[in-house]
Amino acid sequence: MSNPNDTSNDLPRGGLRVENLTCTRGGVPVLRGVSFKLSPGVAVLLRGPNGVGKTTLLRTIAGLQPPLRGSIEMNGAIAWAGHADAIKGTLSVSENLRFWASVHGVGRRGISATLDHAIESFYLGDLTTRPAQSLSAGQKRRLGLARLCVTGAEIWALDEPTVSLDADSVTLFADAVRAHCAAGGSALIATHIDPGIEAATLDLQPYSTRGDLNDAPSGGDEDDDETPLGDDVFLSEGSL
Amino acid sequence: MISLLIRDLRIATRAGGGAGLGLAFFLMVVILVPLGVGPETQLLARIAPGILWVGALLACLLTLDRIFALDFEDGTLDALVCAPVPLSGVVLVKSIAHWLVTGLPLTLISPLLGVLLNLPAEGYLWLMASLLPGTLSLSVIGAFGAALTVGVRRGGLLLSLLVLPLYVPTLVFGAECASSLMNFKDPLAPFIFLIVITLGALAFLPMAGAAALRANLR
Repeated sequence: MSNPNDTSNDLPRGGLRVENLTCTRGGVPVLRGVSFKLSPGVAVLLRGPNGVGKTTLLRTIAGLQPPLRGSIEMNGAIAWAGHADAIKGTLSVSENLRFWASVHGVGRRGISATLDHAIESFYLGDLTTRPAQSLSAGQKRRLGLARLCVTGAEIWALDEPTVSLDADSVTLFADAVRAHCAAGGSALIATHIDPGIEAATLDLQPYSTRGDLNDAPSGGDEDDDETPLGDDVFLSEGSL
Repeated sequence: MISLLIRDLRIATRAGGGAGLGLAFFLMVVILVPLGVGPETQLLARIAPGILWVGALLACLLTLDRIFALDFEDGTLDALVCAPVPLSGVVLVKSIAHWLVTGLPLTLISPLLGVLLNLPAEGYLWLMASLLPGTLSLSVIGAFGAALTVGVRRGGLLLSLLVLPLYVPTLVFGAECASSLMNFKDPLAPFIFLIVITLGALAFLPMAGAAALRANLR
């Protein structure tokens, strides 16, 4: 198991490398032998049926739970956005964003520019003084995604980011991800819909340990580290 | 870290934040006891430090589960674990925020309630001196307990059972310190014990709380 903040390797800033990862949910392994590499400037969509372990993989990569086996290396900070938006209802939209910006070390001087950028990216301009609890579900989600913009993290780990967003907001989200990638960041996105981003796709189904999800069982041996897609899946600009 | 403290205080003092809950409970306990015991001023004076301390402890216990449960539910805790801040620092800041909205106002109002309980005037200083560090240790110990039970639905009972035994030393020395002047004893010795407990809790429990949070978020 490696230190997730280890930068003493050949990874570029914003890069992520996952090797032979086995992750568990509730103590049971759900994914085995996941290996891929994420280069800066690339977004990857994680695909797979419900229960295949998309959230589990993202939580493991984000450091919220330890992997059972394998290593995760990254160069840069990671920002996590899960099903819950990490937004406080009694605070206003800008207070919420300001808090997350300062937690992520945005200095006093750069904070208003960072906030303005995030608010503009997700069309929250008319809502800045409103308490977050009075927002609609879609507006809350937009605020939760705007939080990512103020973190300044290079790697985004997003779990179902487009839930409760309308078509226009999905476009806003796609633009934000594109801008993030253009600035040298990378993103891992678990989703069921096509958000309209030029992204590589990683299907998790072949790594699943569950037979009922796996159309073509691959050995099923506990110690079998072979992955159906070969040793390493490289996801980089060249593979797009 | 400071922005986390400011945010916690801001949330607590807004509508529905529950900042006044502990204080209101403390007031009710201390006001109801003289009504229940009756107008025996000697008896009231004797039990006053104990009543004030038990009231403070229960008021603290009542508000403990808010420390992490709300942040756990809305995903803030997940995001804080990923953020570049030490988790033990988060636990420490949140316990201090809890103390600032519960323990500190409760300490400040305690002389007023001492009057209600016929506490002798010379006891006020030591009452406040014992409550000030004592309630801080109650908040820090309680935050550790809250971190242990953060994923448990309706974990209030479990939290109380876990935390109450840990509160006993603080209560014993705190109440002893507050009442020793009336019993013609030196309040300094229990006060030093109280300070030691508080400093020990401040030094070790935030780290333990952080480890408990990590285990519970899995």
